[in-house]
Amino acid sequence: MSNVPMEVAPFRLSGRVYGTLVNHRSALQLIGDAVTAAPYKAAPQAPVLYIKPRNTLAGPDAVVVVPHDVDELEVGACLGVVIGRTACAVSERSALDFVAGYLIVNDVSVPHTVYYRPSIRFKARDGFCPMGPAVVARDAVPNPNNLRINVSVDGSPRQSVNTSELVRPVAQLLAEVTDFMTLSPGDVLAVGAAAPAPRVRAGQRVAIEIDGIGRLETSFVGEAP
Amino acid sequence: MKQARVAFAGAIHAAEPDGRGGLRLADGRHVSEEQVVWLAPFEPGTIIALGLNYADHAKELSFGTQEEPLVFLKGPGSVIGHRGVTRRPAGVKFMHYECELAVVIGRTARNVSREDALAHVAGYCVANDYAIRDYLENWYRPNLRVKNRDGGTVLGPWLVDAADVANPGNLELRTYVNGKLVQQGNTRDLITDIPGLIQYLSSFMTLAAGDVILTGTPEGVVNVNEGDEVICEIEGLGRLQNTLVSDAAFGRGS
Repeated sequence: MSNVPMEVAPFRLSGRVYGTLVNHRSALQLIGDAVTAAPYKAAPQAPVLYIKPRNTLAGPDAVVVVPHDVDELEVGACLGVVIGRTACAVSERSALDFVAGYLIVNDVSVPHTVYYRPSIRFKARDGFCPMGPAVVARDAVPNPNNLRINVSVDGSPRQSVNTSELVRPVAQLLAEVTDFMTLSPGDVLAVGAAAPAPRVRAGQRVAIEIDGIGRLETSFVGEAP
Repeated sequence: MKQARVAFAGAIHAAEPDGRGGLRLADGRHVSEEQVVWLAPFEPGTIIALGLNYADHAKELSFGTQEEPLVFLKGPGSVIGHRGVTRRPAGVKFMHYECELAVVIGRTARNVSREDALAHVAGYCVANDYAIRDYLENWYRPNLRVKNRDGGTVLGPWLVDAADVANPGNLELRTYVNGKLVQQGNTRDLITDIPGLIQYLSSFMTLAAGDVILTGTPEGVVNVNEGDEVICEIEGLGRLQNTLVSDAAFGRGS
């Protein structure tokens, strides 16, 4: 993570990364009618967040270890919003003023299908959050809610989605999140991956490209015995 | 040794009890507990919290047996120190404290065995891990709106050296609201004990110095209201005080 260049204030990431669950319409659609059944009983009313702790953080060209007890990992290709100044209870209208820039977040997970109370083992393993390739300044990105995200595995296209399909667009998400938790300079909020997420095996290499943000490559290797 | 981190006279200081009811700053000054602003006694890295890790509390919330510890994460932005205030939003029905033993990691831990686990602990402190149940949703429980609110993780007053805690697996916990005892338990009743938690966590994530494990709370959580003074106390570690305040104190609300 320390090798992610950032040419705008605050010039460095804080190391705090928050992710947003089911904030891409495709993610809710994939769950379908089960959204209103047990254990969920209702669609999320407020943003559903999770934390990628510091042991997960990595930079461009990271190598992610596939644990020996799973066959595949999921690639959660997300736009990451980097906070520029302390954001507490910001309005939707002013929210983007608090953004320093954007980067790509590869939110790696052990595949899991129940989102009620998943084990943090699925998302918090060492190296499970490569980010990069660099923080692109906010002003160089005209509309964060209209960015094409392409994911390829070993050069083959596997996912093509757009941030225009977010349930809560960037400014609305920032307003609702900062209503209860302050975001600080250098914090990253990943705005949510599309579903189904591409899956990868040990030995494969993933590239995530986001319009105007760049290309983040990550390699996957097997766990040493 | 007990160590606090406090703000006083324009700087942040390490401080320790002075033996006469006050604090001795590292630079030699003696100050009273009220003269300083208490910060969390260490800078927290990853904050790991346990749900339902006391059998009685799990029963209180109607939970059966668990396959593995119920772990969730919190952000350092939610942390405040001793004698701070926490906002209680207007209109919520059930906001409660949770008195917990906080285990602070001192040395990198990866694939650590039960036997070696406690050698990775720097020390212990008291935690009050607030929750607002009104906001509980069934997605990635407990969701951050319940558990990761600004001011919702109170840590302190002291970081007590591991060497000074003879048996972290047998400490009394008590919470008082406005002086009345409302919650009581003992860390001997943890479902997964401290060595077990360090072994479990370090089997898939590397723990680093400054990471902290909030080990869960026993039964006895009741609603608290604006103006209430909440004191969480753990035998040998100290009394952690917090006061609930209104939206108005934070410029919120109409």
